[in-house]
Amino acid sequence: METATIEKQIEVNQEGYLKDSSQWSEDWAKKIATENNIPLTPKHWDVLHWLRKKHEEGVALSIRKVGNSGLVDIKQFYGLFPGGPLKIASKIAGIPKPVSCI
Amino acid sequence: MKVRNLVILGAGTAGTMMANKLHKSLNASEWKITIVDRDETHYYQPGFLFIPFGIYKPEDVMKPKADFLPNEATFIIDEIEKIQPEKNEVILKGGQNLPYDILVVATGTIPVPKETEGLKGKLWYKDIFDFYTFEGTTRLAKKLENWKGGKLVINLAETLIKCPVAPLEFTFLADAFFTEKGMRDKVEIFYVTPLSGAFTKPKTTVFLSKLLKEKNINVVPDFYLQRVDEDRKVLVSFDEKEVPFDLLVSVPVNKGDELIARSNMGDEDGLNFIPTNKETLKALKQDNIFVIGDATNVPASKAGSVAHFEGEVLTENILSYIAGESLEAKFDGHSNCFIETGFGKASLIDFNYDTEPLPGKYPWPVVGPMGLLKVTRANHFGKLMFKWVYWHMLLTGKKLPVSNHMSMAGKETETETELV
Repeated sequence: METATIEKQIEVNQEGYLKDSSQWSEDWAKKIATENNIPLTPKHWDVLHWLRKKHEEGVALSIRKVGNSGLVDIKQFYGLFPGGPLKIASKIAGIPKPVSCI
Repeated sequence: MKVRNLVILGAGTAGTMMANKLHKSLNASEWKITIVDRDETHYYQPGFLFIPFGIYKPEDVMKPKADFLPNEATFIIDEIEKIQPEKNEVILKGGQNLPYDILVVATGTIPVPKETEGLKGKLWYKDIFDFYTFEGTTRLAKKLENWKGGKLVINLAETLIKCPVAPLEFTFLADAFFTEKGMRDKVEIFYVTPLSGAFTKPKTTVFLSKLLKEKNINVVPDFYLQRVDEDRKVLVSFDEKEVPFDLLVSVPVNKGDELIARSNMGDEDGLNFIPTNKETLKALKQDNIFVIGDATNVPASKAGSVAHFEGEVLTENILSYIAGESLEAKFDGHSNCFIETGFGKASLIDFNYDTEPLPGKYPWPVVGPMGLLKVTRANHFGKLMFKWVYWHMLLTGKKLPVSNHMSMAGKETETETELV
């Protein structure tokens, strides 16, 4: 029942990204990670918290920036979040889908 | 009154244009303008796209930089060692120190193939080419003259690149080139990109994906290049996907000039772009340093049209800064790109920070004459005419007959049914 309440209150966009990143919680992260078949290890959490911190600082994120974070290199980032690591990690971290500037 | 110094670093599109605009706006008895560049030749970079296909010759795209700078400005040809913001000084390799009251950084971006293992190795300029440099594009022209066919792979090593439509234009022109040579059946074309589709903006991606399919070009999305296996001639992504090639046309990682790293002024991604206020174009960390064109980290295209639209805003803001007023002029991210699609036709897109490219007419509603997100002959002539506009109006800082801020007039805003 509790999850039902959570889902009702939390707003996501069409692609499942949180509309308001302040609504994020670790429970939310676990739920999205499970949907994507990603078991969250301490390393995952380090990356997720780093992404949230950078987002709050107004930094436009890129895979390369995560690779320069000192937490993981790009190869490890792909290992943690297979497929499109920044897109998936952003969704779990409750921050907007990364925009590629053109 | 003491003469003050305005120094511009880089005499490319943005720097040259700023020198001309500021020369017209500032009183010569109060301000001395100095511009520094390592190279004395100005290249018309949009023309690099046409050289591999023999449409432009090398001499069509080069002129002396000095011809486009105001006579009263001092033009120094030297390497820049570094900027020392705390001392308001630029140090040149030749040993000269340039003090400044206002600094405009317009040092652009360059492809750095060395960032990727195996790219600039034994296959470089044999089976691997870039076309964003004069040397790369002229060597590729020679290669294509006699190439017998096989797998042609166009790869973007990074999402953030100069002129993001150019690799697509190259792909379309290659399709036309081999078709006209009667050997298209001997060439398989692959467009391999780290993006999730052909382009970054949804409507443009739908439009371009359709075109790519019609032209029998294979798109490999979500491919983030880790290295090139030179012995097997294969691209390898970070998640171990592979794409084989016979001829690789690479868009290497783009970086800002190394002098930005030496000056410790770059963004934290290590790409040497300067953190810049995306509206006022002032450097975030310094009050008397402004940044324009490809050298900034603002989320707009790295393209000449962007530099042009930024130029108007920046001139106004520099004048406000000198007058001690707040910086009121705001850049909206306006960008405008022709997309050459081959066979004498082209498309056109117009957008800004908030509005993606939409279909419609440009620059005037209904009459156009150019069509947005459409493939027309008029757009192609617009693109060819632009070379004249570039040398005669854009570089010299003249006002172009198009709005500086993006306009919604002429754009169709209804949701297209084809958009998924």
